[in-house]
Amino acid sequence: MNIKHYCLVCGVSGCKSSKADAVYHQLLSAGDSSGLSGEVQIVKTGCFGLCGQGPILKILPDETLYVGVKPEDAEEIVKEHLVKGKPVERLMYKTPKETKPGQSYRKQLRLVLRNCGVIDPENIDEYIARRGYTGLEKALSQLKSEDIIEELKISGLRGRGGAGFPTGLKWQFTAEAEASQKYIVCNADEGDPGAYMDRAVLEGDPHSIIEAMTIAAKAVTASHGIIYIRAEYPLAISRLEIALRQAREYGLLGENILGSGLHFDIELRLGAGAFVCGEETALLASTEGKRGMPTPKPPFPAVKGLFGKPTVINNVETLANIPLILDRGGAWFKSIGTEKSPGTKVFALTGKIENSGLVEVAMGTTLREIVYDIGGGIRDGKKFKAVQTGGPSGGVITTDFLDTPIDFDSLTAIGSMMGSGGMIVMDESDCIVDVTQFYMEFCVDESCGKCAPCRIGTRRMQQILNRISKGTGTLDDIEKLKSIGLATQKASLCGLGQTAANPVLSTLKYFEKEYLEHIEQRKCRAGKCKDLVSYTIDAEKCIGCTVCARKCPVHCITGERKTAHTIDQSKCIKCGACLEACKFDAVKIA
Amino acid sequence: MEKLTVKTLQKLRAEHKEDMENRGVQDDTIHITIGMGTCGIAAGAKEALNMFLGEAYTRKMDNIVIRQTGCMGLCHAEPTVEVKMKSMPDTLYGRVDGEIAKKIISSHLLGGRLVSEYIFDYPAGDIYKE
Repeated sequence: MNIKHYCLVCGVSGCKSSKADAVYHQLLSAGDSSGLSGEVQIVKTGCFGLCGQGPILKILPDETLYVGVKPEDAEEIVKEHLVKGKPVERLMYKTPKETKPGQSYRKQLRLVLRNCGVIDPENIDEYIARRGYTGLEKALSQLKSEDIIEELKISGLRGRGGAGFPTGLKWQFTAEAEASQKYIVCNADEGDPGAYMDRAVLEGDPHSIIEAMTIAAKAVTASHGIIYIRAEYPLAISRLEIALRQAREYGLLGENILGSGLHFDIELRLGAGAFVCGEETALLASTEGKRGMPTPKPPFPAVKGLFGKPTVINNVETLANIPLILDRGGAWFKSIGTEKSPGTKVFALTGKIENSGLVEVAMGTTLREIVYDIGGGIRDGKKFKAVQTGGPSGGVITTDFLDTPIDFDSLTAIGSMMGSGGMIVMDESDCIVDVTQFYMEFCVDESCGKCAPCRIGTRRMQQILNRISKGTGTLDDIEKLKSIGLATQKASLCGLGQTAANPVLSTLKYFEKEYLEHIEQRKCRAGKCKDLVSYTIDAEKCIGCTVCARKCPVHCITGERKTAHTIDQSKCIKCGACLEACKFDAVKIA
Repeated sequence: MEKLTVKTLQKLRAEHKEDMENRGVQDDTIHITIGMGTCGIAAGAKEALNMFLGEAYTRKMDNIVIRQTGCMGLCHAEPTVEVKMKSMPDTLYGRVDGEIAKKIISSHLLGGRLVSEYIFDYPAGDIYKE
């Protein structure tokens, strides 16, 4: 017999907080007793998000979504919905009254990622089928250069690389500059630890970047485009090469594009993986074959960029929006997101989160919605501590700001930064000093060394942080961190140095207590700073099961079976394996 | 091929649009799409791909089209696989290794039953379908 309905019960295997398991079993028995066993299949699924309203039940093929389903509701759902075909209204998901455009219960709105995971990125026809090159078609056949820029200005699109500069204005500066040659550059040198949205776009939808750059070429009258992409992205590079070849074959790049008289082509430049080359002036220097170091602005690249010529330089995610803006109009784009930050933002949600992933949400979505409704909350039922946004240029967002609508300005106001959109979720087992030290080490490694504030400031801050994490910090160090941080922020030449102190200043603002604990009590509450931690075994609680001794990678736990064990402190590497292994709460951390 | 003009581009778009929309709707062809970004491949998407190809071959199923796509954004559930076929709702599977790929063929494709515990929700609606 053919199956007529599929009942999907959420999160049964993973979710221990809801009663999904009981719902599943009740549905099974209700289905059987109604004689539907051959017509209905009841299945368990992975997490559907929306965990605050779980358990969730979705009925296919009609896509009815039930929320907050209790085991005792199972029978009603079977009898009414599955047998009589009448959905149970009271349990159906109700869309909140003030929904943002295009938003469903899933909370995500995929504009930038519209084709990622949908089309075959190596097949130009699939891109074209989904309104691909419609924006270019319009730009070339119906719009004048100034109309294109006007449309972008109406849209309010701001640069997604981190700084949030209005894209339309950037293009206008280049369009107005007089020069024999102009360039369009795509910044695909994604280097923030924990950010990979640009890679996903380049690998999943390379033509959107080619289309956007060609639109830019028409808008500012350029004939040459360059995609500066890091060599660590081999798959993205190969898919871009395929896409460029296909676009040329179709006449969407090259001479006389779509019969409009526009000549434009794009070449790839591979970056060697220096973080500073994501900074636009350093990127242009590197493209010219020079050492990748920033130069003072002004002059801005829009006026004097690559080889001294006016250059439009945009980040991947920014560009991916542009074909859509041209296709649907600037006003449409402006209606999404917040007043000052229209559109969406892609975040790379990682760290101690149940459902890590690339999420794209309308600007103005709150962190709570991202972490709990989309991300499924903190992994292993632990407690939320903070979210680090913007990588080494950003800061932390604490519980107090979970309900702040996220956009460029709101994040800056609370001392963090949009950055490129990395979002690293931390729980109570993460140490703030440890995390901050990680970012500072990154900045020390990646500082190009050209200007003293960044070269020396980051090194000094890293040394102080290291001291604090070793338990040899002093109270003066807090003030020193603040003053060096502010100096580095003010005096550095480029964005790398100007933002390098953000993680320090932001964590000092919200977690000063934790710094003080490290200094005054030589205590790391998360147990991450190894010099401040020691593991001992409580002889009263230890039953001598030997599990910890077997788990210890350096064999420093000794003791006979059924007698209390001890840890040899001189050999202990403080990995915490014994703490995790002990079922009797006998291993203590101090 | 001949360089496109606005007219021929529009014609091409219309043709391929129809083709894409008809997948899993019109005829008995089964469409399997595997998320093969760097992330998916690192998580083992090629193992799933090989299993689908191998099983389709040994079972002499000539109505299967297997495609690759980019990252679907579900990092926690990689590798991801979408199945579209006429008699079944469109389904997104996650954590698909070789074994699960085999199960998807025998249960979903041939048996008309979903593979429990490996189904995931689409992360977002499709802006071109609203």
